[in-house]
Amino acid sequence: MIMAIEQGEIEKVAELSRIRISDEEIGQVTERIAEILQMVDQLQAVDTHDVEPMANPLDATQRLRPDEVTQSNRRDAFQAIAPAVENGLYLVPKVIE
Amino acid sequence: MHTKSVAQLVTGLRERQFSSVEVTRAYLDRIDALDSQYNSFITVDEAAALAAAGVADERLASGAANALTGIPIAHKDIFCTDGVRTSCGSRMLDNFVPPYDATVIQRFKSAGAVLLGKTNMDEFAMGSSNESSFYGPARNPWNTDLVPGGSSGGSAAAVAGLLAPAATGTDTGGSIRQPAAFCGITGLKPTYGRVSRLGIVAFASSLDQAGPMAHSAEDCAFLLNTMAGHDPLDSTSSTVATEDYCATLGDSLEGLRIGLPTEYFGEGLDVATGECINDALKELEAQGATLVEMSLPHSALTIPTYYIIAPAEASTNLARFDGVRYGYRCENPVDLHDLYSRTRQEGFGEEVKRRILVGTYALSAGYYDAYYKKAQQIRRLIKQDFMHCFEQVDVIAGPTTPGPAFALGAKSNDPISMYLEDVYTLAVNLAGLPGMSLPAGFVEGKPVGLQLIGRHFSEARLLNVAHRFQQATDWHLRTPDSAKGGTL
Amino acid sequence: MRWETVIGLEVHLQLATESKIFSGSPTTFGAEPNTQASAVDLAMPGMLPVLNEQAVHYAVKFGLGIGAQISKRSIFDRKNYFYPDLPKGYQISQFEAPIVGKGSFEILMEDGSSRTIGITRAHLEEDAGKSLHEDFNNHTGIDLNRAGTPLLEIVSEPDIRNAAEAVAYLKALHSLVTYLGISDGNMAEGSMRCDVNISLRPLGSMTLGTRAEIKNVNSFRFVEKAIHHEFQRQADILEEGGKITQETRLYDADRDETRSMRSKEVANDYRYFPEPDLLPIVIDDIYIESIRESLPELPADKRSRFTAQYGLGPYDANVLSDSRPLADYFETVAGECGDAKIAANWVQVELLGQLNRAGSTIEKCPVSATALGQLISRILDNTISGKMAKQVFESMWKGEGDADEIIEARGLLQVSDTGAIDAIVNDVLSANAAQVQQYLDADEAKRKKLIGFFVGQVMKLSKGQANPQMVNELLAKKLT
Ligand SMILES: [Mg+2]
Ligand SMILES: [Zn+2]
Repeated sequence: MIMAIEQGEIEKVAELSRIRISDEEIGQVTERIAEILQMVDQLQAVDTHDVEPMANPLDATQRLRPDEVTQSNRRDAFQAIAPAVENGLYLVPKVIE
Repeated sequence: MHTKSVAQLVTGLRERQFSSVEVTRAYLDRIDALDSQYNSFITVDEAAALAAAGVADERLASGAANALTGIPIAHKDIFCTDGVRTSCGSRMLDNFVPPYDATVIQRFKSAGAVLLGKTNMDEFAMGSSNESSFYGPARNPWNTDLVPGGSSGGSAAAVAGLLAPAATGTDTGGSIRQPAAFCGITGLKPTYGRVSRLGIVAFASSLDQAGPMAHSAEDCAFLLNTMAGHDPLDSTSSTVATEDYCATLGDSLEGLRIGLPTEYFGEGLDVATGECINDALKELEAQGATLVEMSLPHSALTIPTYYIIAPAEASTNLARFDGVRYGYRCENPVDLHDLYSRTRQEGFGEEVKRRILVGTYALSAGYYDAYYKKAQQIRRLIKQDFMHCFEQVDVIAGPTTPGPAFALGAKSNDPISMYLEDVYTLAVNLAGLPGMSLPAGFVEGKPVGLQLIGRHFSEARLLNVAHRFQQATDWHLRTPDSAKGGTL
Repeated sequence: MRWETVIGLEVHLQLATESKIFSGSPTTFGAEPNTQASAVDLAMPGMLPVLNEQAVHYAVKFGLGIGAQISKRSIFDRKNYFYPDLPKGYQISQFEAPIVGKGSFEILMEDGSSRTIGITRAHLEEDAGKSLHEDFNNHTGIDLNRAGTPLLEIVSEPDIRNAAEAVAYLKALHSLVTYLGISDGNMAEGSMRCDVNISLRPLGSMTLGTRAEIKNVNSFRFVEKAIHHEFQRQADILEEGGKITQETRLYDADRDETRSMRSKEVANDYRYFPEPDLLPIVIDDIYIESIRESLPELPADKRSRFTAQYGLGPYDANVLSDSRPLADYFETVAGECGDAKIAANWVQVELLGQLNRAGSTIEKCPVSATALGQLISRILDNTISGKMAKQVFESMWKGEGDADEIIEARGLLQVSDTGAIDAIVNDVLSANAAQVQQYLDADEAKRKKLIGFFVGQVMKLSKGQANPQMVNELLAKKLT
């Protein structure tokens, strides 16, 4: 069994997900997620020894595409719906390295 | 006109009994008059719809008509539509007008269909009641105090309320079948890979599948003929040949073996709903089918398995909504971190955030093996259950949902009880099988859905069984009182 | 204390495909920002990846080139993290099941010694875009043209012990991938980018110390400098009894230092899991064999052949086999003139020297290999002296014609006519009677020195055109 999740873990996961959670919400969010995790925890009891994980329901394999250029420049169309652009670049608040 | 089936509209248009502009106008007028009670559409562009209808009429006149030329179709707002807002039911995409069409939309356009509008849905298809939509819940035409189901609730309500002859939906864990059952219409989730996912806003990549929603199996077959087929731009799209899904609708059911999983008829199933299902099964038996009791032993694990896999995939599929290239962006971000975390706090609703958090947790260091990998292993066991059954039977049947539509607000504050709604539908997605729901009666005026599940790529067989059932019953022809209003 | 440096390199190699790894966008370098970013590259909603066959082909080719295990079944994973140059919020990469497994190849040091460096794995992945931090007041500009460019990440074992070996490894790798034709290897355009993992341990110790990873060291020279610098930094900490922090550091070429990038790294948990939009890549023996058959002769094979076939030393063989065009050039010269050693010498000294001075490359060399071979033939058949040949080569470089045309035009033909030389020799001997007497009085050892004077005089009178061998023979005969 996996232990009940603590608020600190939810905060860590929220940070990884880049979702801000207000102080007012965090308690209830933690509670709800704890319920869900408790529900999914019943899987731990199942013996899956030697069972190969199934990522694709058809167990299909990858098709390959010929190395051809099929896309032309559509920058204007794409940037017309962008929140902030300048000189053809998407703008974000200054990234400090 | 709005009571005609897709098949009848196709014939009527070809025989010039009416024009596409007239049909489209009729539906637009009904949306205008009646959709305030259903909230089934998010976006309707009347001018564009009528213009497309006009073009269709020209083609009809010149004798160059395709399969669906002139037929107005409503699309779930998860399909990207060139020049038409595609919100996915979310504030995050409230301002998003894609400059491209989903492959499904392209196929409808080449078949000559008219885009009637974009239908309401649970935000990012996460929900079973349509209550998580940023645009407010859609309502069930049979009783507007009830939910229409979800996530394709708008499409189901629009078809049930006769605001569109047919619609598209997507089904990741029951999102076509459950609303179809709640709204008394017919809906098909095809085999995973049968319909292209390109241009469908992704929820859970290994589960998502688009399909038709209409009054009858015959209409679903018409739509599937257009939707199905290989797409080289979707790596998971199947190359298995498609069929003419209309061709075998009338085939006899003599000798058909139908499996009844004991797990689908046990505790948790509403008694009256169960009776409707049993009556429906008797009808199939009367047509020559044999009913076989069988077991899907891992059924109890489908909900936990699904609620790891779907949120895990969703948590990373939804990482692209970051306020940088399109969609919602928070006001005056102070730095990059603020841009990300506030855009996503404000742009996503509660259920979406909850699933992102659960999915991120399930994939994070130290938990991957216990959650995601474990779920993928059990997923294989669930699929094997079905494969064993299909050695003995052709089709599996049971209820689509544990009971009929519930009241708005009844479960919206209890995610787990909402998740339980999908107890009979999730396994089909986990195993990649085709499944459909068709009207099978009423409980206290609320529709009940019969679910049919087939082998991979057996859509034609499912549609055939459903069609034969609908030839003998009229549940799918009933019209809710709320839809009888208006002068049309 | 004496420290041993343990170095492992991760090289991101851009594969020379026409289109991106998962989309049909072009990969041309230097286009206007975001003009080569399609809906897939921009991670527009609903967009899906489809794998480029050529990228798989190139990866397999590389694996065969280093004798590695090729995975018959490999898998793409998502590596999840937020960064503005990463549009999907994840990078499609390979984590648990890379396409190329363990392999190795040999590197050659300047002193002629060689070492084998192990390759842990090589995997396919997509490149990110570029962040431009300048120019926009308080904003960073994002260009996603590079997003989705196919990369092969080549991870070495920690087998490298110093900067010189690291550079030799990178040069050998560069040579290999350009031989294979799977990358243009252009470091200035970022086609080959290097991360250096480096740790120290007391000499003789077998356990690995804590390592630092230095990101994006993008030239041979910087690799050398960054390693020297990082060695010193870690040694200083360890000497003082301190501990090395495992971290990512950035090499700053302007200040010649590495500095910590801790801000970026702390919270990362990449949450790798199999990419559900792609399926396992399954390849069979027929596919692998067809690629094996298309492999060219590789640098190491060419090197040993040059040693065996032409009798070249290991260093010369290494220099001449460094690139396919150079090796081909050398072999044409050697074939044309018939003397591989002189050909090797000319190519390395005169030709590469001239190319270096001109800042040019063998591909753009104005003197063809055949023309150089003909020039060397004129030395071998005594038409001109080696010294004259250098002048002729200068003229050939300037495009004044082939060797014979220039020799003819300048009247550089060597005089080998016995009568003509005999006359000059006689003149010189009679004009220098004192020196002749001095020579005749001298012992054998001194005579050898003195004869040079007479040779010099004859060459001077003949304006350098007398065949020096004949001059020597005649003088020897007459001065007895
Ligand atoms: Mg790396
Ligand atoms: Zn990498």
